[in-house]
Amino acid sequence: MHDAIRKGDFWAGLFLAALGAFIVEESMGWIYLGEEGPGAGFFPRWYGIAMVLLSLLMVAGAVFKGPPATRSRAVAWGEIRRAMGCWAALVVCIALLKVLGFLIAFSLLGWFLIAVMFRQPQKIALGVSVGGSLGFYLLFSFGLDLSLPGGMLF
Amino acid sequence: MDVFNGLMQGFAVALSPGALALCFVGVLLGTVVGVLPGLGPPATIAMLLPLTFKMEPTGAMIMLAGIYYGAKYGGSTTSILLNVPGESASVVTCLDGYQMARKGRAGAALGISAIASFIAGSFGVVALMLVAPPLAKLSLAFSSPEYFALMVLGLAMVVLLAGESLTKALLSMLVGLWIASMGTDLFSATSRFTFGQTSLLGGIDFVVVAIGLFAVGEVMANMESSEPAQMLPLPKGLRNLMPTWQDMKDCRFAFVNGSVIGFLIGVLPGAGSTIASFLSYGVEKAVSRHPEKFGTGVIEGVAAPEGANNAETGGALVPLLTLGIPGSGTTAILLAALVLWGFKPGPLFIEESPAMFWGLVASMYIGNVMLLILNLPLVGVFAQLLKLPGYAMYPLILGVSMIGVYTASGSVFDLGLLCVFGLVGYAMRRLHFPTGPMVLGLVLGDAMEKALRQSLMMSQGDLAILWQRPIPAALLAIAGILLVVPLFKKFNAVRVQVIDQEG
Repeated sequence: MHDAIRKGDFWAGLFLAALGAFIVEESMGWIYLGEEGPGAGFFPRWYGIAMVLLSLLMVAGAVFKGPPATRSRAVAWGEIRRAMGCWAALVVCIALLKVLGFLIAFSLLGWFLIAVMFRQPQKIALGVSVGGSLGFYLLFSFGLDLSLPGGMLF
Repeated sequence: MDVFNGLMQGFAVALSPGALALCFVGVLLGTVVGVLPGLGPPATIAMLLPLTFKMEPTGAMIMLAGIYYGAKYGGSTTSILLNVPGESASVVTCLDGYQMARKGRAGAALGISAIASFIAGSFGVVALMLVAPPLAKLSLAFSSPEYFALMVLGLAMVVLLAGESLTKALLSMLVGLWIASMGTDLFSATSRFTFGQTSLLGGIDFVVVAIGLFAVGEVMANMESSEPAQMLPLPKGLRNLMPTWQDMKDCRFAFVNGSVIGFLIGVLPGAGSTIASFLSYGVEKAVSRHPEKFGTGVIEGVAAPEGANNAETGGALVPLLTLGIPGSGTTAILLAALVLWGFKPGPLFIEESPAMFWGLVASMYIGNVMLLILNLPLVGVFAQLLKLPGYAMYPLILGVSMIGVYTASGSVFDLGLLCVFGLVGYAMRRLHFPTGPMVLGLVLGDAMEKALRQSLMMSQGDLAILWQRPIPAALLAIAGILLVVPLFKKFNAVRVQVIDQEG
């Protein structure tokens, strides 16, 4: 059981079972079959039930099957940390959009990825991030007449 | 309208300066995307889709389709030079292409790859032009139950071939259906799964999900490692890129094999270009006089799969344009694009939008010629793109993703959703959940629910309508068989073997 819990499949299955249960529970609040035919709850109830059953099947598979197959190697936390670092930077960048605007927020995102995550020299990091920001501004704002997210500063 | 008149109208559209320019931009971008490992056509098309909203739809579609088939030309470059496929359909090209490059025949491998792609790609367009109109007429007899059954069959095929685990593929598809249900139900005006957010009343924009899953998810996956691959020296000069006359003779059957298998596989939802290329490679090896040499640098081993993955494009557009049923993540995005521009792909699409259909077909002839020219003399230039460092590329992809989403809706809330779906896309990659079924579930979810509810309205709630009519009964039976067959271990072993080869 301990091995099974470590498997991503087990947790993913539990999460999806909970999501399926939520879908079914929500669909109970909507009309299932009315005078004019199926209501808003008809379709979600069926795929919700299917989701619960399939995810429980996946959980059972993770619990009762043997050790992970050869291709599922041990979790490389270093790799995941790098990916999550990139994601967190994107989240912060989007959170800052309303304050800093796209030009500055994106420059900061680019600088973080290049200077901090890829450990490139500051000259390159600043050049690519600020250059990229200005390039986007020229191409999309001027060239294609599309509006970029604006902030209080810019 | 007969095929000839239609094609003439199409060329009138596709040969206009604007359409020619967009076709060139599309195939050029496609080649670049194909060359760069880690950036696929679905991500690129999803990112660029919002930027096309202000464009004339036919020109925009010509450009997006150019990216789709252009990527298949470019995909072979890295397979041959680096042993790293630029996109999944070029995996099998590594087997003989890389070996040819190691023996100093990289030029011939790249050249035959471009020529096979051109021949088979053009065959695919001819077949699309001949098959699509009669199929559209045939499907005019379809009503809601037939459509529902057809969509179930399409999803079943995609699920069947999407990943090692059928359960995961099904779950991925169900999550797509759930996302499609979000927002206001058009039949009853009930708000579903909006979590009290007014921004969700209109549902979640397809663009946000597609860019999050494909572009942001892909960048996150690529950020895990930053080790560059080693490139082999590229021969200089056009003469070194031209295969010899003997090479061309050796590839005669490979051209035919790749063209026919590629197109037929393309018509089937879910099968896709990767399976087409593997199948044609297998057939080529099976009928070869020297099968033992395959894998050591045989030129037919490059021509057959490269041809097949290009002919598949024409095949994949048949169900997309005539039935409104996409067979892969990329064609699902193209379907969403058509719907967003106000078109209705389906049996009446050719009649109602002849300029779009025939313009697209004609542009594919032109695009294939452009690609042949781009990929023979300029392959060296494209190969230089491989020197572009990841640290410069990934922030730019994130930037285009953000701009794409913001342009589509003008909402920072959607940018938040982009982060959520980026994380979902990354988690799905880590946990080996296929993303294709989710995107297809999302694209077809609405139409599928509508077709089911209309069918049940027709029958006063009696589900028997789905199996009392012959076409839905047959389609649902096939879908059922497809989903039950993997439960038998022998069949599942074959299915997993096919998918393993893909990965």
